[in-house]
Amino acid sequence: MTVGLVIVSHSPKIAEGVVELAEQMAEEVRVLAAGGTDDGEIGTSATRIADAISAADSGDGVLVLVDLGSAVISTRMAIDELLSDELRGRVRISEGPVVEGAVIGAVQASTGSSLDEVATAAAGAATLPKVKD
Amino acid sequence: MFSSEQAVAWVRGTAAVIGEHATELTKLDAAIGDGDHGTNMARGFRAVLERLDGLPEGADMGAVFKAVSMALIGKVGGASGPLYGSFYLAMGRALGDATEVEDAALAAALRAGYDSVVARGKAQLEDKTMLDALHPALAALDAALADGKDLGAALDAAEAAAREGVAATIPMVARKGRASYLGERSRGHQDPGATSSQLILGVLADVVNGR
Repeated sequence: MTVGLVIVSHSPKIAEGVVELAEQMAEEVRVLAAGGTDDGEIGTSATRIADAISAADSGDGVLVLVDLGSAVISTRMAIDELLSDELRGRVRISEGPVVEGAVIGAVQASTGSSLDEVATAAAGAATLPKVKD
Repeated sequence: MFSSEQAVAWVRGTAAVIGEHATELTKLDAAIGDGDHGTNMARGFRAVLERLDGLPEGADMGAVFKAVSMALIGKVGGASGPLYGSFYLAMGRALGDATEVEDAALAAALRAGYDSVVARGKAQLEDKTMLDALHPALAALDAALADGKDLGAALDAAEAAAREGVAATIPMVARKGRASYLGERSRGHQDPGATSSQLILGVLADVVNGR
């Protein structure tokens, strides 16, 4: 199996859209959306995030991509308080941008790379040039 | 002494007070944040009430506060969800299977809750956050209990200190959360998170004093 990805956004639609995009590039990788609150409102939910992390893990670990502010706090809460000790050790929060990081991370994961390698690739997406002079 | 019945009354009372102040909290948040603190907290505490209804009669404090936490982290949405969720979870953990505790144990549990908010949110004092209400309140609570005051009087002192803490957030520049994007423009506004923290402590003081 491969490293899994979880997409945390305040917007359920953003999270689902990013999953769609990443899966198109790497369909064998588990990419799960954890967007919005439990009621589908704008926001984040630590319980939703914890469930998605558990479902995304196949034993090789999970990289979590987050958008703004409370996405980070909710993800930290999910990892620290809601996951088993065993799973907690193989979950990382990415410094990368949500869209680009998810796509690049998923492609990297599809090659069978380790969690460290996937995390490095996703974080690297932050400095990827988009418009060259 | 503090009992699980009082814990439940505190939480139910908090839901009512947050509901009454939702518009005010949202207005405060609209000035410097994303304008959803009151709506979010009210939605969260409505979910809390549903969870409490599902608890067995005579549930211990650990179970009560854990139920509060789980409802808040799933339903609030903004940073206040996981932050208040951490607060109640750590309190529940500190009180465990007790159904009645000494005053000092309640103070220690509140302190554990505070520490958990600090660990999760990584804010400092004077960042214009809920910590600016909670920190002076818990210091006043500890000092009053050390002076031999009873729990009701000590909690009134805590609430008064929280109120001063809230007022002190007005001239502060926000350094955490959405308000920090405003920089200097966040000055002159009262922090919504500090305000909701003060309301929560006020309900605790009311319950313990039988008001």
